Amino acid sequence: MAEAAGPSMAPGRLMTETRGRVRLHWTDVFSYAYLAFGVLLMFGPVVWLVMSSFKTPAGLVEFPPTFLPLGQIEVTVEGHDDPLLLFDVTMEDGTTRELAQIRRIGIVSQMIDPADPTQTFRVPIENREAIREFRLALENYIDPLERFDFLRYLWNSVVVTTVATIVTLLINSMAAYGLAIYEFRGRGTIMIFVIGTLMIPITVILVPVYLVVTQLGMVNTLWAVILPGAATPTGVFLLRQYMLTIPRDLIEAARMDKASEWTIYWRVVLPLAMPAIAVLAIFSIMWRWNEFLWPLIVLNRSEVYTLQVGLNAFQGELDVQWHYILAMTVVTLIPVVVVFAFLQKFITTGIASSGMK
Amino acid sequence: MTEIRLRDVRKSFGSTDVIHGIDLAVASGEFCVFVGPSGCGKSTLLRIIAGLEDVTAGAVEIDGEVVNGTPAADRGLAMVFQSYALYPHMSVYDNMAFGLENAKLPRTEIDVRVRHAAELLQITDYLRRKPKALSGGQRQRVAIGRAIVRDPKAFLFDEPLSNLDAELRVAMRRELSALHAKIGGTMIYVTHDQTEAMTLADKIVVLRDGTVAQTGTPLELYNSPDNAFVAGFIGSPRMNLIEAVAEPGARGTALRAGAARIEVPPLAGLAPGGQVTFGIRPEHIAMGAADESDLTATVAFAEQLGGETYLYVDAEGLPQLTLHQPGQVPVRQGERIGLRFDRAEMHLFDADGRVLANGLVP
Ligand SMILES: Nc1ncnc2c1ncn2[C@@H]1O[C@H](COP(=O)(O)OP(=O)(O)O)[C@@H](O)[C@H]1O
Ligand SMILES: [Mg+2]
Repeated sequence: MAEAAGPSMAPGRLMTETRGRVRLHWTDVFSYAYLAFGVLLMFGPVVWLVMSSFKTPAGLVEFPPTFLPLGQIEVTVEGHDDPLLLFDVTMEDGTTRELAQIRRIGIVSQMIDPADPTQTFRVPIENREAIREFRLALENYIDPLERFDFLRYLWNSVVVTTVATIVTLLINSMAAYGLAIYEFRGRGTIMIFVIGTLMIPITVILVPVYLVVTQLGMVNTLWAVILPGAATPTGVFLLRQYMLTIPRDLIEAARMDKASEWTIYWRVVLPLAMPAIAVLAIFSIMWRWNEFLWPLIVLNRSEVYTLQVGLNAFQGELDVQWHYILAMTVVTLIPVVVVFAFLQKFITTGIASSGMK
Repeated sequence: MTEIRLRDVRKSFGSTDVIHGIDLAVASGEFCVFVGPSGCGKSTLLRIIAGLEDVTAGAVEIDGEVVNGTPAADRGLAMVFQSYALYPHMSVYDNMAFGLENAKLPRTEIDVRVRHAAELLQITDYLRRKPKALSGGQRQRVAIGRAIVRDPKAFLFDEPLSNLDAELRVAMRRELSALHAKIGGTMIYVTHDQTEAMTLADKIVVLRDGTVAQTGTPLELYNSPDNAFVAGFIGSPRMNLIEAVAEPGARGTALRAGAARIEVPPLAGLAPGGQVTFGIRPEHIAMGAADESDLTATVAFAEQLGGETYLYVDAEGLPQLTLHQPGQVPVRQGERIGLRFDRAEMHLFDADGRVLANGLVP
């Protein structure tokens, strides 16, 4: 795999690596073809999403679809206040001219030559074709962010993700410390219980958790999203496995150094467990940012919507505002992509060293 | 000053008994070394004293107070681990200050103590470094420094020199000795290396399979071992231990081993026909003319070191014997030589390995 050979090579060389000395070996051709196919498979939809997010509603439903977002060119013509749309028109004598449309009546449109505004024409609409150029429909982004309060959803999502991740890291690492380092009777049994909860699907506990959240009066607050998922068995397990690899001598040295359990946790174990903490942080950020079902259930007022729930609101019963959905989907993708791009190294090394797949 | 006492201490891990009832007193200011082969329970015993391991039965007393239920942190002892156990994410300074911070000492006091210890151990230049950036010997000093700054009631060392190379080990051994002379304090030191034990200890405790084989000063153990195990363990190269059968002899008794017959003075408890083991240290075997020798042997191998010579000789029906001669001895491989055992330096053990006599003189 390219990954395995990667770290020791400069990126430039990695991209043009071949097996044969001079000419391409057939395995090179195969590898590159396979990789290209993979890239297409993974990236194609994302690129299409980004392109589509800049299209107008009309551009989205057009068939055949265009790859680039396009918009029709407009010109201002003397004697007309509003800008007019520009068309390529096939005249009755077979010549083509660029004309601007003044108005359209039924299947006939009344047109004018922008170069010579005195001349007007009546043209059947099947004889004209819109002249288009590359144009980004930025209103797809601006409208939801301004009119529909998407900035508020964005803020809510950021709050939920950050606070939930911090709480998750704190609670999970404390539990992992208890299960890996602090010695007490019944530790193994408790560990089995924690692992056992992995087998209970979220749908089973949805209603009981909802009732608890309601009783605590947290419905329609962000806490309703943050707290129920704060302790994850996966996270506890991941951190515990890592903490087990910390040499026992270090913990005992700390005990001899009069450190309290809290001090050992906070000043010795936590700093040493940083690689595993980083992995869990990345996972937690991605889980929380993309979480949909639970927020949808407990957040019913638009002030507390997170991005994912807000996106859902564009999906009406009768019409779906695809252009807004696509644009806001791109917005929700950005943080995850950034997190991945910058912390990718942590993820691979952390997963390798924490023994979790 | 601190006195440590163990009373009939026992320890089992599950169904495995590791320590089988140990009674021991370490006097105040004493440098006491636990020595024994690997797996005999030295570390376990040290960890019991430290409070890192509970006893199964018996009592640990520090200054006359039973501390069985006292957690490690409150026993006021400091330990140096075999792996050094330095906190890898902290600088040398922070490693040494950590224990003092936990004891809630004021910053200025911590600083004074850390710098003083650093000076004592000559690690002032590395205070800002992380342990990763130190050599083995430097890490060792930091680990000792971490113990010193706490000004503990007693120091516990678990094979602290075993990860160092031979030369550094000798140097550190000397420094530890000097350190004990300078700061005093009760020290308990665990090692499997009898040379370390002999050179460092005021008192050696030889452990064997979770029991005390013998306790005494280094020379007491060397000169008067209580049993064949201690006789074989203390001293390098090892004492020659030879199994023999007692017979009536011309001067009282004779010991028959292989082809050799060694006349010894009459001894209480040595009945004719009894199975015994006698021991003789390499330096107490003299080379001599064949007619006045106890036995003749063939030189298998000679180590000429210039100032001294080690000979390894084979005799019929006996295990290979080691000889230590001062100066240079002109022998060749395969040469036959006569050997005479110094009766006053011979040790005699019964069939169970208990000593019958140290020095066979009438
Ligand atoms: N935590 C433990 N659980 C089970 N057996 C142990 C444990 N610690 C030590 N032992 C056993 O006790 C015996 C003595 O160990 P130890 O004190 O470490 O020996 P050493 O003299 O080499 O330091 C060994 O046989 C070892 O296997
Ligand atoms: Mg040990």
